[in-house]
Amino acid sequence: MRHRPARVAILAALAVLVVAIAASAATARPEQSVTLTISNWDAYTPEDLIPRFEKATGIKVKLAKHTTNEDIMGKLEAQNGGGYDIVFVSGPFAEALRKRGWAARLDHKKIPNLKNLYPGASKLAYDRGNRYSVPYTWGTTGLCWRSDLTRQPKSWWDLLRPAPALRGKITMLATDRWLMLPALKVLGYSINTTNPAHLKRAAALLEEAKKNLLAYDDTTFYSKLVSGEAHLVQAWDGWCNYGIAENPKIKFVVPKEGSDVWVDTMVVLAKSKNLDAAHKFLNFVLRPDSGKSVTELVLYKTPNEVAMRSVKKALAKQFPNLAIPPKKLLTYETERDLGKAQPLWSRTVSEIVG
Amino acid sequence: MRRGRVGSAALVSPALLWWAGLLVLPVGLVLAYSFFERGVYGGVVYDWTLDNYRRAWDPLYLGVLGFSVRVALESTVVSLLIGFPVALFIATRPARWRTVLLVLVILPFWTSLLIRTYAWIVILNDEGIANRALRELGLVEGSVRLLYNEFAIVVGMVSTYLPLMILPIYAALERLGPELVEAAADLGANAWKRLWTVLVPLTLPGIAAGCIFVFVPSLGNFIIPDLLGGGRRQMVGTLVQSQFLEARDWPFGATLAVSLIAMLLALVLMQAWLGKRSSREEAVTRAV
Repeated sequence: MRHRPARVAILAALAVLVVAIAASAATARPEQSVTLTISNWDAYTPEDLIPRFEKATGIKVKLAKHTTNEDIMGKLEAQNGGGYDIVFVSGPFAEALRKRGWAARLDHKKIPNLKNLYPGASKLAYDRGNRYSVPYTWGTTGLCWRSDLTRQPKSWWDLLRPAPALRGKITMLATDRWLMLPALKVLGYSINTTNPAHLKRAAALLEEAKKNLLAYDDTTFYSKLVSGEAHLVQAWDGWCNYGIAENPKIKFVVPKEGSDVWVDTMVVLAKSKNLDAAHKFLNFVLRPDSGKSVTELVLYKTPNEVAMRSVKKALAKQFPNLAIPPKKLLTYETERDLGKAQPLWSRTVSEIVG
Repeated sequence: MRRGRVGSAALVSPALLWWAGLLVLPVGLVLAYSFFERGVYGGVVYDWTLDNYRRAWDPLYLGVLGFSVRVALESTVVSLLIGFPVALFIATRPARWRTVLLVLVILPFWTSLLIRTYAWIVILNDEGIANRALRELGLVEGSVRLLYNEFAIVVGMVSTYLPLMILPIYAALERLGPELVEAAADLGANAWKRLWTVLVPLTLPGIAAGCIFVFVPSLGNFIIPDLLGGGRRQMVGTLVQSQFLEARDWPFGATLAVSLIAMLLALVLMQAWLGKRSSREEAVTRAV
């Protein structure tokens, strides 16, 4: 008996709650706002981009961060290609997403700003015609060095067989595609080679080069240059700029044997329930003012011709690699997914590093 | 009786659920994946195969395993050499000091592993604190390479896992109490003899547990070899990680993980057996 009043009160409260929820659901439905879940590398989205997009379109964005291509691919693998509306990945990973059937076919009618791209940016081998991915930034891989501590490097050989003074003062990139690149370039092979003999010869060179390395480093190489721990590092152009920003004596050069043109892209996932909003986002990023803020704030080149023309001239003076002309860039090969050869590549890298 | 049984089942069920959901299920999944194939573009193709296990026997991967075992052994031995005296020191302090000292031992666990590891980079690099100190003392000219090598990996492992060595040895020493050591001293055994005939044999289960606690995570750790080893040597942990992420070869990564788990399981069973045997011997000694 003593319990009854309490029980009545609880039941009444529950009933009120149910009615309230039902009412709010009924009123909320027509004006339900769309939220896009997007994953990009950390510190790779200009700060003003998302707020401006939200203001312009009324679409909300939840921005997640990943550390590497491999990281986001692992997360997608675990969720069977779901969990996000848009992911930022490099070209070969966009290709893998397409071949897994996880990338949505893009509707170009909804992305009119594609016209702002350099023509070459729509002919990249991993996704000709931008059918499944839109390029966000691009650039190349080269040598980043301290001009006050060492002579200007000219060739990938300066990294692979360094002058005695540079021994132990060098870092190379740790991810398989870029770890192999210097050796493949000096040997004149494709950076996408699947030929075991090519990989073997490259591995022999790299094993020899390892003896002179300070470390394999994908993430802090430019701070090693700034601190003077390293004098010469293999680097992506954009990351070298972070070193240059701290010490103008740091320079960047593409070795004479050539290099790659890497492309970081935006891919809409096929499982996205917000395809319209996702297309709007791609189109917004391709606006000239968005591309301009990417280059000026993240210090990477964008394949957006109209945007690049509007970038402040002084910036290219401070960071000369921003001025590498796309024509030059496009003479280099772009990374493709390795497909069946990936296990062989991984084994080769283990052989070098292990 | 029935009530009691239901009650105890209710009490253990959270632990059981935890164990099933977060240990049995994922390890089972890893085991299952190890028998499938990698898809051409990553992912798992559900075709039954033993190929992954054949690949794992490659001398290349055995070499990586060999290096990992070496590093884990070195880390264990160094931890033991530091940990035993520290545990003995704490166990012989007055009770109120022991708590303070034990908190100090556990204190580093309050900081993230990543931060502690980066701290070693600051200390050990060519222009770091250690090298500057050596230079000030006139012991070296220029700098000694302390970072990005096996030495740095072992330093990182020891500093991370040392508490796991100290605590079980301390527990064993405390349980032992001072009486037996005092008796040995009264009967004329010197310090050296007291250590080897009384302390070490009677705390062997604690020592064995400490060694396992240090060896096992050292073998699988992938952050320390990556950061302090400069990625210049692969260990099993880094290899498994690179198979899952870089190579997108989950089946082969799973195979390597299963092999590692099997090895460590054998080790833990051996330790349990050793512990049981010595506690039986202890009981016999006490009875006599």
